[in-house]
Amino acid sequence: MYETALFGRLTLSAIPYTNPIIMSAVGFSAVLGALILGWITRQGHWGYLWKEWLTSVDHKRIGVMYLILAAIMLLRGFADALLMRFQQAFSEGAAHGFLPPEHYNQIFSAHGTIMIIFVAMPFFIGLMNVVVPLQIGARDVAFPFLNSVSFWMTAASAALVMVSLAVGDFSQAGWTGYPPLSETQFSPGPGVDYWIWSLQLGGVGTLLTGVNFFVTILKMRAPGMSLMKMPVFTWTILVTTVLIMLSFPVLTVTLLLLTLDRYLDMHFFTNGMGGNQMMFPNLLWIWGHPEVYIVLLPAFGMFSEVVSTFSRKKLFGYKSMVYATIAIAFLSFVVWLHHFFTMGAGADVNAFFGIATGVIAIPTGVKIFNWLFTMYRGRIEFTTPMLWTIGFIVTFAIGGMTGVLLSVPGADFVLHNSEFLVAHFHNTLIGGVLFGYFAGFSYWFPKMFGFQLDEKWGRRAFWAWLVGFYLAFMPLYALGFMGMSRRMVHYDNPAWQPYLLVALAGALVIAYGIFCQIVQLAVSIRNREALRDATGDIWNSHSLEWAVSSPPPFYNFAKIPHVDALDQFAYMKENGINHRAEAPFAPIHMPRNTGVGVVMGAITFVFGFAIIWHMWWIVMASSLAMVATVIYRASDEDVDYMLSAEEVARIESGGSASTAGGSSYLAGHELITQG
Amino acid sequence: MQIDQTHSHGSYRGNTIGFIISLLLTLASFGMVMSGKLPVSISLTAIVILAILQLIAQMHFFLHLDSSPSQRWNVMVLIYTLIIIVFIVTGTLWIMYNTNIRMMPMLH
Amino acid sequence: MSATITSAATLQPDHAHHDHGHDAKENAVFGFWVYLMTDCILFASLFATYAVMRHSYAGGPTGNELFDLRYVFVETMFLLFSSFSNGFAMISLHRGARSATLKWLLLTALLGLGFVGMEVHEFRHLVMEGNGPDRSGFLSAFFSLVGTHGAHVSVGLIWMSVMMWQLFAKGITPAITSRLLRLSLFWHFLDIVWIVVFTVVYLMGVL
Repeated sequence: MYETALFGRLTLSAIPYTNPIIMSAVGFSAVLGALILGWITRQGHWGYLWKEWLTSVDHKRIGVMYLILAAIMLLRGFADALLMRFQQAFSEGAAHGFLPPEHYNQIFSAHGTIMIIFVAMPFFIGLMNVVVPLQIGARDVAFPFLNSVSFWMTAASAALVMVSLAVGDFSQAGWTGYPPLSETQFSPGPGVDYWIWSLQLGGVGTLLTGVNFFVTILKMRAPGMSLMKMPVFTWTILVTTVLIMLSFPVLTVTLLLLTLDRYLDMHFFTNGMGGNQMMFPNLLWIWGHPEVYIVLLPAFGMFSEVVSTFSRKKLFGYKSMVYATIAIAFLSFVVWLHHFFTMGAGADVNAFFGIATGVIAIPTGVKIFNWLFTMYRGRIEFTTPMLWTIGFIVTFAIGGMTGVLLSVPGADFVLHNSEFLVAHFHNTLIGGVLFGYFAGFSYWFPKMFGFQLDEKWGRRAFWAWLVGFYLAFMPLYALGFMGMSRRMVHYDNPAWQPYLLVALAGALVIAYGIFCQIVQLAVSIRNREALRDATGDIWNSHSLEWAVSSPPPFYNFAKIPHVDALDQFAYMKENGINHRAEAPFAPIHMPRNTGVGVVMGAITFVFGFAIIWHMWWIVMASSLAMVATVIYRASDEDVDYMLSAEEVARIESGGSASTAGGSSYLAGHELITQG
Repeated sequence: MQIDQTHSHGSYRGNTIGFIISLLLTLASFGMVMSGKLPVSISLTAIVILAILQLIAQMHFFLHLDSSPSQRWNVMVLIYTLIIIVFIVTGTLWIMYNTNIRMMPMLH
Repeated sequence: MSATITSAATLQPDHAHHDHGHDAKENAVFGFWVYLMTDCILFASLFATYAVMRHSYAGGPTGNELFDLRYVFVETMFLLFSSFSNGFAMISLHRGARSATLKWLLLTALLGLGFVGMEVHEFRHLVMEGNGPDRSGFLSAFFSLVGTHGAHVSVGLIWMSVMMWQLFAKGITPAITSRLLRLSLFWHFLDIVWIVVFTVVYLMGVL
């Protein structure tokens, strides 16, 4: 490819002028973006946004920003899904649909990458950010600044994926990018590089988040909260952080090796010259399998919280839930070969990994039974979170069972990479992960924003998603048995088409569900006074996050509670213990907001874009800029402040918290350097 | 300085002992291989054992890992990491060996 | 009518600021140790790759033909001695002796620089002979594993320079102590990884 010194291999022809679908998507996004930015400017909100949100190191605000990122990317990823469903419904035989193969390939690659890395991950990381420090009675995470950096690196990586729509193209090698297709020889353009760098840079952010929350949960729990008194959601997050920390470095290496092949002509995965292509799937799935449990375990935690709250019962089998979670995490490191049973290992290897995979179903089953036993003889309230949970239990059970079917190597030889597989993982990812996140989102929404979500539209959204899901994915199981393979842009078997039409209908029903969710947000905001959570404990729940106001003051707890029991908040309510702190208050040490995280995110984006397009001088400059920023931050001593006791008292008695993050100087406090 | 009280930190003695042990083990490894006098399989086993011993020595004398309460979490986290590393490395070697022997013979 | 009991034990006053700052430093060191565990996994993946590709010569040179064990021994000594001097730097730090700490750190950095210099020379030599990482799968694995370790050491040197400057400019503060503790962990960790590198790559490569 032709390269210039200034612009690398970037030329104006990288913008796909001739492609009407892409240009309308770009145009639509640009107009929408301009409208939103324009509205913010007109209302004069930039100062507020910068001071209170973008530069925030407050876990609650960072959490909300993650959720906004996830929502935006969900819309993008779903658009990709609709395109694929339309294409497949109308590309049988003589008809070829409207998407040429090169475009279709990018769509399914982008769809998978976006949904897993830029929807599922930010979604649970957002909820985890908001909830976990509150649940353990802490004031913030262990490393608030690092938390901000993690978010902005994730946002920068998502931005890279979005930019690939307008400038250049995306990978055609699927969300897993196997060589040799992903090598330079077969994918010389920037597409695979966009994929590599968005995953690599986003992965760094995630890894740092894993470390952050691991240390937070282990070291910053309120006094008296032993590990076995932690809320179940916190337990699942603790285990998830362990999975993140142990698996993401493997992804880093996998992508690094492919990068070295592509950029420096090395021979890890090339045809010939000593390359070993099987190493890629091997390494990738050592990360990839724990990854699916990384997104799944938090959903399990959310279900546990929701089920016990809305069954008006203590969670059944807390200890077995904890052990089951740990078992799942441990086992998730010994099953990875089941993603490539068909790729050349022998029967003994396949047997070992097949059995291990089947075994994972056992602790998962324990959890499902515990949820059912919690519901049994409970007084169930069918709120929206509870509906999502019940929908999950049924749907995920089916998905899990098809997983056990696939775990038999013999069966997998028939079904690998067929639509059956596609149905299985969507079954578990939507029915398990996404339903869980929706349950958690509607459960904790009042805590985040001070008012609950409208129930009517919530119910509509749930039913649309549930019905839509079954319509969209059950036909795919049948198609798998009928021999249809995945990722097909066109096919010649007329027997498949009716199923694909039903699947398209399902996707449209889900689209209605998403529409309902958007309406729900709008309606809830409009009616927020009527929906207000005045007490902070709108659902009558059992854990500490509900012991503070909704939304909580920026310092979370005026006084760190002492914990005596599991379900501490329920315990306090039952024993008439006052959970609202009273005077005298002590000064509170708080971290300052900072723009350094935003700057690092921006540098990350520039670095990523430059290295994709081979603009080496920008790569050098941005690397130096990053080092300089780190050194600058390390030399900055003005990173925290003391919130005075008077100010705490004022906020606790109903005064508004003027700022969250100390960007304004409050009267009467002392500046204390880090010590 | 509060950090002192909760962190194991070094002593001249510990630092020097760790250094000397490492030096001797390194000399032994290199010497064994460079002399070429021992059969390959024995050298192979020996240098692995020497390496493991040096790892332990450095973790104890340089990183101050021990069984004291202040180091407990550090050691647990390390052990869990090592277990996973064993899975990853042995799993990889087993799988790749399996796939490699089922490949067509290479020409070079 | 239930009286609201304000349990004195239930609502504790905030930690003394002193303790809170101390806890934060402890958490930073523990967090860094945990990060080093993730770095272990990173290196383990590179080692696994190297192990799989150790004979993928593609008709090119083997380790036996390329590696000069005397040279590698000297390199190893640079790194080992730098770990030794780093230990003394930390002892001086805990004794509050600023200039002794600076001197030991400088020695550590110079020895580390010696290690990196030798490695860069070795790599350059290989590339100029046509045995760079693009020659074969084996060499790709070699360069990436050893190179990643070398890159870590280089980052450590940059960090060390910044720390020496901070120490010089601001003296021994709790923040700087905490950072030096983390740097020390990093430095020793790199020497530990090198033990595996010289055993698995160089010694086994020659055998």
